[in-house]
Amino acid sequence: MPKTTLYSTLQIKSIACILVCFLSWSYVSAQFDIPDTPKEQTSVYDYVNLLSNSQKSQLEEKLIRYSDTTSTQIVVAIIATTKGENIGLLAPRWAHKWGIGQAKEDNGVFILLANDDREIWISPGYGVEHKLTAGITGELTRNVIIPEFKRGDFYGGLDKGTDAIFQILQGEYQGTPKKNSSNGFPIGAFLPFLILFIIVLIALSKNRRNGGNGGSGGRKNKDFTIWDAIILSNMGRGSYGGSSGWGSSSGGGFGGGFGGGGFSGGGAGGSW
Amino acid sequence: MKKRVIAGLGCGAITIIAVVVIGIISVIYGISFNNTTIELNENVSEAWGNVQTSYQRRNDLIGNLVNTVKGAADFERNTLTDVIEARAKATSISIDPNNITPEQLAQYNQVQGGLSGALKSLLVTVERYPELKANQNFLKLQDELTSTENTIQTARTRYNEAIKPYNNQVKKFPGSVFANILGFEGKPYFDAEAGAEQPVDVEFDFE
Repeated sequence: MPKTTLYSTLQIKSIACILVCFLSWSYVSAQFDIPDTPKEQTSVYDYVNLLSNSQKSQLEEKLIRYSDTTSTQIVVAIIATTKGENIGLLAPRWAHKWGIGQAKEDNGVFILLANDDREIWISPGYGVEHKLTAGITGELTRNVIIPEFKRGDFYGGLDKGTDAIFQILQGEYQGTPKKNSSNGFPIGAFLPFLILFIIVLIALSKNRRNGGNGGSGGRKNKDFTIWDAIILSNMGRGSYGGSSGWGSSSGGGFGGGFGGGGFSGGGAGGSW
Repeated sequence: MKKRVIAGLGCGAITIIAVVVIGIISVIYGISFNNTTIELNENVSEAWGNVQTSYQRRNDLIGNLVNTVKGAADFERNTLTDVIEARAKATSISIDPNNITPEQLAQYNQVQGGLSGALKSLLVTVERYPELKANQNFLKLQDELTSTENTIQTARTRYNEAIKPYNNQVKKFPGSVFANILGFEGKPYFDAEAGAEQPVDVEFDFE
């Protein structure tokens, strides 16, 4: 007897569960369809033309340049509405489906703006979650993005918001230089080595001429400052050359497209 | 004459050869089946790990939340106690991903769902306290909680997605025989979490 009653309650439970699953499934599938991964993979997808052409290309170029130097892909998508779906679930699902960020580093960031819903959501990939925590991202949305949006300046909000993300992620990942932008690249890379080589040559020859005149400690010190100067100038040259050189060659989207980064489902946002 | 000898010898030999061949094939199939299943099982375990991590993260956050709310809204004792009790219940259950039974999973689901419900009531209550809503730390905490809830949902969905190929492997015909021999069992799916998307009452409708 007890066995049969147990059975029947179990059965009822499972039937109910199946029904609930079925209902929720049909409910979900009636909602927002995430677009297929686009062929041309770039940083800004404005499906409702919220931004002007120049604003869009400015933001797009900025994010592509950022991706070139850091390999971190930040993608902005602007839609009209999520069709009732929770934007906090839709954004990471979308980003995961497209595979934004590199597969190994999972360093993608997806910003979804639903204009008619007046909602924005920022979803970080696994690899940037520890920096872009929900608390920090939420604060950023509230204090940096939303005030601009309230003024009706969507470009301003996205521009400042992405700048703030740059700051938060500073120094987290390094990009590998694009191979197709080879025209300006070798000089920038080899110039410091050339200078270094010449300086070393000069230093060596001087050393030989002076012979064992003593005062080697002083000379060592001098060498160190020269080294420091070289290293420092090298670093400066690298980053500056990087951003200016690759900026012009990009514009056609991310080199190599989306890398296949993963998203946990976390993130934060706000409405205005 | 020669033929008959071969055939005569063959009758026994053929059956032996057939048995050996079938044996070899099934051993090879069994090995590849075993390896694939283990791989799929690993995926399930990993997905389950993510589910547990995200729930654990929520438990940690709830600790912070309770402390923050206590300071600002001390007289909401009942709601706070509910959350604390639900949390204690939720942390008391842990599941070994290698043998998840439907009953265990249902219990886990129910307990975590109970915590979701209690948490929701607390957050609704807290809406009445303007000083909390203006508190940057509290707002951040709320963001973290929302994020974690979304992570939980995502982890659950992915767990179910990981279960599907595993169950297909283990439950469909040729595989099911080997699964039986090798001791692989099907795994239960997560049902929709009671109290996660719907009002809290729905949870008790099944009972």
